[in-house]
Amino acid sequence: MDLFLQQTVNAFALGGTYALLALGLAMVFSTMGLINFAHGELMTIAGYILMACGLAGVPFAFSILLAIAAAVLAAIVMERIAFRPVRNASGATMLVTSFAVSMILQVLFQNFISARSQAVLVPEILSESVRFGGLVIGVNKIAAIVTTIVMLIFLDRFMKHHRIGIAMRAAAEDFSVARLMGIRANTVIAGAFALSGFLAGVAAVLWVSQRASVDPLMGFTPVLKAFIAAILGGLGSLRGAVAGGFLLGFIEIYLAAYLPSGMQEFRDPIALCLVVLVLIFRPNGLIPSPALKAEKV
Amino acid sequence: MSALLTVQSLQVQYGAVNAVRGIDLEVREGEIIALLGANGAGKSSTLNALVGLAPASAGKITFKGQDVTGSAPERFASLGMTLSPEGRRVFGTLSVQENLLMGAYSMRDKGEIKTAWERVFDLFPILRERREQFAGTLSGGQQQMLAVGRALMSNPRLLLLDEPSLGLAPKIVEQVFELISVLRKQGVTLMVVEQNVSMALEIADRGYVMASGRIAASGTAAELRNSDTLQAAYLGAD
Repeated sequence: MDLFLQQTVNAFALGGTYALLALGLAMVFSTMGLINFAHGELMTIAGYILMACGLAGVPFAFSILLAIAAAVLAAIVMERIAFRPVRNASGATMLVTSFAVSMILQVLFQNFISARSQAVLVPEILSESVRFGGLVIGVNKIAAIVTTIVMLIFLDRFMKHHRIGIAMRAAAEDFSVARLMGIRANTVIAGAFALSGFLAGVAAVLWVSQRASVDPLMGFTPVLKAFIAAILGGLGSLRGAVAGGFLLGFIEIYLAAYLPSGMQEFRDPIALCLVVLVLIFRPNGLIPSPALKAEKV
Repeated sequence: MSALLTVQSLQVQYGAVNAVRGIDLEVREGEIIALLGANGAGKSSTLNALVGLAPASAGKITFKGQDVTGSAPERFASLGMTLSPEGRRVFGTLSVQENLLMGAYSMRDKGEIKTAWERVFDLFPILRERREQFAGTLSGGQQQMLAVGRALMSNPRLLLLDEPSLGLAPKIVEQVFELISVLRKQGVTLMVVEQNVSMALEIADRGYVMASGRIAASGTAAELRNSDTLQAAYLGAD
């Protein structure tokens, strides 16, 4: 029982990080139909800022802010330079563009920083753990869970009550009609990118504080997972992205905990088979996006 | 009163398809204009081109004396020309209230928004009752009211209505036409695309009949009611 609870906490921590990343992907996808594979590089940028701040002796709390700000800025610049010119192009064009952005950034990191993994100075407290009855929970896990909850509440409020949040939901459902109302396409899309950068920055801080290192390909795996989570939840659906992120986190952690040791190397294939199984029964994901529903009616 | 909207030799092209092949239109302040024609005649393309949703490949659109050809769709709400698009297209996952709020997106002044709000709720009391409900759960007729209400939130001088009666029960259709007359009394100029020709010509001052992307006939509503061209346009003859 203790092992189960322990693993459940781990699943919430990992799933929460996936959920934040998947949300970022879903926001951009729902507003402009772009699957942004360069989302992972936003994480990496935030990771390098944390590293640089550590080297420069900047207090960790302050470097977190800088790292997140850098990811937001990078996301806005990315949209302006790389994605605005292909905004009305086909989904395939945008997808390839995002691959190109991702590759270019990876090469820049490799050549101008280092191809090798760099250590990031993370405060001691994050690697300590706290005892709750029979449970031993890492401070970084608690931080991840609390951060995820705070972020989800913040985003929910923003999308429900802020003018731009409501406009983003409207645009996700019907972009042309939203424009007719006077909602500027640039505002909505830049807003979606800024928020996705914000989420990627937060996820990067959580990711790096578990590993205490950053490398040029750091963003690749988590964003690939987040992409799977977004599809699992229903591509373009914000609630779906959160549900998919948590579900994937749970699948991965429980498989790692309960699969017999001889089967552990098949963990990822088994996890993906489970994802496929869900999609067979719910082809549009757990919580399909409103745009999809609107098309069907 | 001079023309509120003037369209000169407007053409709309989607790839190889010429949806609109050079039309001239004029809408004067306070008029109700009916835009008629068979399916595929180019009516919706014309309305979409007026508000920048469809690209005008040639021609000139002048609204309130300003050249607005090729302007982005988001500019028109604040200029005073709004389209309520075909098929209603309310934001189904937003509440009624949020839909209306989006209609007022171009307005900054809180008092102005509140006035617009009251006006829409007075026109459509049912929307006031259902304001917390998701728009997707409303009936077809209520969604049409919401679509028109949303378009009215920006206080347009010229309201373009694309097939407002499509798919509605006869009783609701009558309400829609009554509404158009009420709006005119409130000082809104309207251009209406309609399938229901006889009802449209009853309330309209003038009309244009489109066929194959061109204006096949135009005139006062009375003239058009007695015209052969109108029938020919619907039968598809050029």
